[in-house]
Amino acid sequence: MNFAFSDEQQALRDQARKFLSDRAAPARVRRILESDEPFDRELWRGMGELAWTGTAIPESYGGAGFGYLELCVLAEELGRSLAPTPFSSSVYLATEALLLAGSAEQKQRWLPRLALGEAIGCLALAEGPRAPHPGNIETVARNGRVTGAKLPVVDGDVADFAIVAARPDGADANAVSLSLVALHGAGITRTRVDTVDPTRSHARLAFDGAAAEPLGQPGAGWALVERLLDRAAVLFAFEQVGGAQAALDMARDYALGRFAFGRPIGSFQAIKHKLADVYVAVELARSNAYYGAWALATDAPALPVAAAAARVAASEAFYLAAKENIQTHGGMGFTWEFDCHMYYRRAKLLALAIGSTPRWKDKLITRLEQGEAQPQASRAET
Amino acid sequence: MDFTDTPQEAAFRAEARGWLEATAEPRAYPGETWKARHGDTDGLARAKAFQAKKHAAGFAAITWGTEYGGRGGTAIQQVIYNQEEGRFLVPRGYFEIGLGMCIPTMHAYATEAQKQRYTPKALAGEEIWCQLFSEPAAGSDLAGLRTRSVKDGSDWIINGQKIWTSGAHFADYGIIVTRSDPKAPKHKGLTFFFLDMHSPGIEVRRIKQVSGASNFNEVYFTDVRVPDAQRLGAVGQGWGVSITTLMNERLAVGDVAGPDFDEIFALARAVELPDGPAIKNAAVRERLADWYVRQQGLRYTRFRTMTALSRGETPGPEASIAKVVSASKLQEIAGFAMDLEDMGGAVLDPALAPMRAAFQEALLYSPGGRIAGGTDEILRNIIAERVLGLPADVRIDKELPFDELPSGSAAPGPGARRR
Repeated sequence: MNFAFSDEQQALRDQARKFLSDRAAPARVRRILESDEPFDRELWRGMGELAWTGTAIPESYGGAGFGYLELCVLAEELGRSLAPTPFSSSVYLATEALLLAGSAEQKQRWLPRLALGEAIGCLALAEGPRAPHPGNIETVARNGRVTGAKLPVVDGDVADFAIVAARPDGADANAVSLSLVALHGAGITRTRVDTVDPTRSHARLAFDGAAAEPLGQPGAGWALVERLLDRAAVLFAFEQVGGAQAALDMARDYALGRFAFGRPIGSFQAIKHKLADVYVAVELARSNAYYGAWALATDAPALPVAAAAARVAASEAFYLAAKENIQTHGGMGFTWEFDCHMYYRRAKLLALAIGSTPRWKDKLITRLEQGEAQPQASRAET
Repeated sequence: MDFTDTPQEAAFRAEARGWLEATAEPRAYPGETWKARHGDTDGLARAKAFQAKKHAAGFAAITWGTEYGGRGGTAIQQVIYNQEEGRFLVPRGYFEIGLGMCIPTMHAYATEAQKQRYTPKALAGEEIWCQLFSEPAAGSDLAGLRTRSVKDGSDWIINGQKIWTSGAHFADYGIIVTRSDPKAPKHKGLTFFFLDMHSPGIEVRRIKQVSGASNFNEVYFTDVRVPDAQRLGAVGQGWGVSITTLMNERLAVGDVAGPDFDEIFALARAVELPDGPAIKNAAVRERLADWYVRQQGLRYTRFRTMTALSRGETPGPEASIAKVVSASKLQEIAGFAMDLEDMGGAVLDPALAPMRAAFQEALLYSPGGRIAGGTDEILRNIIAERVLGLPADVRIDKELPFDELPSGSAAPGPGARRR
C-alpha cells in the first residue's frame, strides 16, 4: 500500500508553495481583482519558466514529461494561492484535449507553445444559463467553420485558441463535434464578461463562420468532452482542496487571534465544531482526490467514478470552507478589505467551471449504475 | 501511488487468509453478526474457542512483543489481518476492550509479574476484561466521576456506581478509575485499579438499549475490597492513567458497522416510487451520491493511514474523522431507507422487511454510535483542539476542590426510572 505522493513530488510541492507564496501572494491576487488586467502575466511567465504549464506534456512535444501526480501537486498549490492565471483552462482542458484527440500536426503546432506558456488555450462549451448536453448545443459546425455563441468561456478573452463544442450540420440531433478554433482570426467577436470571481477572466465568444478544424472524430465529440471533463475534474479537485485548506487555515488563525467575551472565539464550541466539520469535509475531499489522482495517473477503468466522487467532494468542501471562513470572521469577513471573499468567489466559480455539483452527483450515480465501480471490494476493510 | 502489497505484506495476507478460510465461517448473508448466529450464551463459549485458536495461530495481538504472547509484527500486518478477518463471521464485542484498552493500560502501569499473569489469558480469550469508567454523572466529563476509593490497610474499599460498561456481565476483570480524594481538584483526586469482577460486593445489572439488545451494564460497588498491589499508577494520578486508556480507545474506535452505501444503493434500485424506480429519482440520487462520497472518502483516508503505517510512520490526524463521519452516515442511511419503503418501512420483522430489516435495526442502534467511544460533540472538540490547535474551553472546574464544584442533581441511572 502506497497511497501518498513520493518524496520528489513533495519536493515539487515545497518548491511550488515557496514560489507561489511570493509570486501569488494575496496582495498580488487582489491586484487582479481590483484592476482590468485579465490575469497576472508576470506570474504566468514564471510558471512557464518553471515548466509547470508543460508538466504532463511529453518531452517530444517540448513538455517536462512528468506525470499527472505532479500536475495534481501543482494544482493543489495553485488552488491554495488562488493564482490568477489561465492555468486550468490552458493545461487541464486545452492541453488535455489535444493530448486526447489532437492530430500529430495539431499537437506539433500547439503543444510546444502550450508547454512554455507562450500559447493559451480554453474550452468553449457553455451556452448560457443551462447545463450543456448533446441535445442543447446550438453552435453549429459546417464546412470547416463554426457559428454560434459561447457564454461564459473561461479565459476566452486571452486565449489563442478554443476547443469549441458544436453541433455538426446535418448530423443527428444529439451529435456533437469538437473543433479547434484559433481566436485571432476573422469571424470572432470576444467580449469580456463580468463574473462572480474577477480574479479569473471570462468572455462571451461569438463565432460567425470562424475557421475551425476538427478535433477528434466528427460527431463523437460528446464522449470526448466527458473524458476530458473527467480528467479535468481530478485536477480541479486538487485546486479546490488547496483552496479549501487555505480558507480553513485562515478561519483557524482568525479564531485564535480574535477575542470576544474575554476569550479567543476559537475557544467557543460554536466555532470549534464548525471548523471541525470543515476539517472533516476537507479530509474526505482530499482522500477522494487522491484516489482520483491514482485513477488519472494510471488511466484506470475506475476514473469516471473516481473523478465524479473527487469532483463532488471537493466542490462541496471548498464552498463549505469558504463560506464558514466568512462566518468565522464575522462582519470583517464581509468586507472587501479582508481576503475571505476571494476564496468564496473562487469556491463557487470552480464548483461551476466544469459542471455543477448536482450534475456531477447525477453522473456519479449513473456510472455506478453502469457498474464502472472501483476495482477493489469496498466493504471488507476495517 | 499504488495499492499493491509489498512481497512481505502479500505473504502475510496469504497466511492470514489461509488460516481464516480453514478456521472461520463465512457470513450467511451480508451483515450477519456472531450474536445473531449463535445467541448470547452459546455465542460467548464459541467466541472464547475461536479466540483461543486465533491466539495459537499468532493473530490475537500481532503488534505486541513475543514475550507476552504477541507476534512481534507490524501495524500494517494488523491492518491486513483485520481486512481479511472482515470477510468472515467472527466474534465481535467480547475481547476488543480487553485487548484494545485494558491490557495496553496494564502494560503501561502494571508490574512485570502482573503483565505475565494476565496478558496470555486475555489473548487466549480465557479471561475477558471490561472498562469501568463512565458514571451516571460522568460521561463526556469523565473526570466528574464520584465512585469512592478509601485506603484500608493494604486494601482499598470501593463504593459507587459505574454505567455503560460493555461486557461487564461476562467479564472476569476490569480496570476502574475512582475518586480517592474529594478535597483535591477534580483531576487530581483520582486513583486507578484493576480488579476481579467476581469480587464480593459487585453487582452487574444489564441495561436494555433502544434497540432492545443489552450490550452494556450498570455496575454497583458496595464495600468492594481491592488490594493496593492492584493499583495502577500513583495515588491521585488516576487521570493520567485514564488518558492512557482513552488514547488506546481512539486507536481502537473506527467506522461504525452497519448498512452502508452498497445496501442503500441496492434498495434504491429495488424499490418503486410512484414516478418510477427510486434510483431514477433526482432527490434519491443526490443523497446516494453524498453517502458514496463520504464512504469512499473514509475508505481512502484509511488507505492514507495504512500508507503511513506501511512506512513505519505514525498516522496523521486524518484518522480521527472515521467515527464522526460513519456514525451519522449510518443513521441517515437507515432513516432514508425506511422512507424509500414508505409506510412499509415501519416493519421490523426480518422475515417481512427488505434486507432482513437491516435498515430498521440500524435506525434503532445507530444513535448509540454517535455516543459510544466519544460523542460527536467530544470528537469535534478533539479535532478542533488537537488537530486545528484551537484553545480548550474556559473551565471553572480545574482548580476548585471537587466537593465544592456545582453538580446539579445527579442524573438518575436507567434503573432509577423503573424503581
